[in-house]
Amino acid sequence: MDAGVVSGFSGMESWSRNRLVFWVLNLPGTVWLTAFFLVPLGIIWVLSFGEKTSIVDIAITWTLDNYARALQPIYLEIVWKSVWISAVATLVCLVVAYPVSFLISFAPGRWKALLLLAVILPFWINMLIRTYALIAVFRRRGFVNFGLEWLWEKANAGLVLLGLGQYHLIGQDFEPLPLLYNNFAVIAGLVYVYMPFMVLPLYATVERLDKSYLEASLDLGASQTRTFFSVTVPMTMPGVVSGIILVFIPCLGTFLTPDLLGGTNAQMIGNVIERQFKSANDWPFGAALSFLLMYATFGALALRALFAGRQRGMEV
Amino acid sequence: MSTETARPALTTPAPAGRRARGRDVAGPLDFHRRLWLRIVIAATFLFLYAPIVTLMAFSFNDSRRNIVWQGFTTDYYVRAWNNASLFEAFMNSMTIAVLSTIVSTIIGTLVALALWRFRFPGKAIYEGFMALPIVVPEICMGVAMMAFFARVDWPSGGGWPFNLSAVTIAHISFSFPFVAIVVRARLAGFNRELEEASKDLGASEWQTFRNVIVPFLKPGLVAGALLAFTLSLDDFVITFFTTGPEAVTFPVKVYSMVRFSVTPEVNAASTVLIVITVIATIFAVRLQAPDRQGAQ
Repeated sequence: MDAGVVSGFSGMESWSRNRLVFWVLNLPGTVWLTAFFLVPLGIIWVLSFGEKTSIVDIAITWTLDNYARALQPIYLEIVWKSVWISAVATLVCLVVAYPVSFLISFAPGRWKALLLLAVILPFWINMLIRTYALIAVFRRRGFVNFGLEWLWEKANAGLVLLGLGQYHLIGQDFEPLPLLYNNFAVIAGLVYVYMPFMVLPLYATVERLDKSYLEASLDLGASQTRTFFSVTVPMTMPGVVSGIILVFIPCLGTFLTPDLLGGTNAQMIGNVIERQFKSANDWPFGAALSFLLMYATFGALALRALFAGRQRGMEV
Repeated sequence: MSTETARPALTTPAPAGRRARGRDVAGPLDFHRRLWLRIVIAATFLFLYAPIVTLMAFSFNDSRRNIVWQGFTTDYYVRAWNNASLFEAFMNSMTIAVLSTIVSTIIGTLVALALWRFRFPGKAIYEGFMALPIVVPEICMGVAMMAFFARVDWPSGGGWPFNLSAVTIAHISFSFPFVAIVVRARLAGFNRELEEASKDLGASEWQTFRNVIVPFLKPGLVAGALLAFTLSLDDFVITFFTTGPEAVTFPVKVYSMVRFSVTPEVNAASTVLIVITVIATIFAVRLQAPDRQGAQ
């Protein structure tokens, strides 16, 4: 592996030795990304310093009002809500994905590939369709409540059979659980949609984990719990951090999940941005909010880079 | 303490421990034989798959109420097919996906080749720049595209397929960096001596590319193309901001239908999309699996 990398480097040509080939390979991507990615981002960056002068006109006055407005309590509340909902969803993903990736990486060969594919597959299915599928499961007359009602009827019949029917121990009638259009639904939807993002990096680190360390720990008399917390967790920390970042960032900016599964006040930053651009027609403010979201994303990525750097530093 | 430097040769002492305890007792590291872990993974898969499977199953349900099984029917597939606006949206999505796949496979491959072959000043920055569309939040990219096409006054009409150009361009922008990653992973296993041998034997730059590099890259190219195809077919957020009223794509159409109610037609149409993406994904995954043929 190391030899491959080294020969790879020595085999790498200097760009000046073959300029024509270099430009042919390099230019299309550069031009495309500049024209259709960097310029669009530049436009909303400039817009974020603008002011709405009429329904359609925006004057770029380099004002910071849009950013100041984003710090008003009403928006800070939405930011705060986005953060805690994303944090809870990330935590749930972590708690579930850790044992799942652990099991997958210890599974025998054939099973390993199959289980891994089974984790990745939903990730490819359209996010909108998956969110929509959750509606059918969670709604008042959905499958979960349907199943619960069936259980309730059986339990009630059992109680009647036992002669306890008249006490209504489990309620007069079945009450469907309000599973949709609230924060619970948003968190469940986020966990549902972003779970694969957590499993994959965790699996990658657990897979690379040298299992003889675990054996050494167990041989030296540590319990499974102790081994887990003092050996496994520290050694898989890079995967944990990657997973947290990969789930937390898209959760923070999500707009589809709270839009479809959340109630009237289940708004996250993504919804506010969408509204500024689509219905409120206040592009400068929407642009400022999306740049704040982008800065937060880059901040999180920088933190990860810093963390990875420190890990590497420890190794030396 | 490090995972990289202190890793000894791949010794597998696990079986010894198991032998000592007898064949049927799970060893301390046989985590896949732990019941509670199996329960966790079963519950996770139930959570991941139950909604999708019920959605697909109930697209065949002979009932509008959609919750109790009333009998098998393919009625809703026929209805979805005959729903002109839904069908048009589906065809739009397919057209965009095909166009975006072709362009992003070409650009992505060129980028991968550039990064693989050359040393050049600012290479790290270039690499980071190419990865930007992957890390920027979808909604930010969506509104940026919306503002861009409004600003440059991009023509939104012009008849098929020109009315789809804005969405297609946006899809290429977020797809080709993914293609570049996949193709570059494949290139990592390429034996450069083959390229040098080809040039030593007098082949030109282009002949070497055509007859040595492209055949080797083929699985990577197909995998990258399938990836671009599913990414384009799946995207909702960026498309939602880029489409005009004249170029509605399938996810955007489904979104507007879902906002009104849950109907079996949507289930049927979604099932078709799921089947298409799953087939494409399985192909891509199989092609991505490392094969030793042709590598060093």
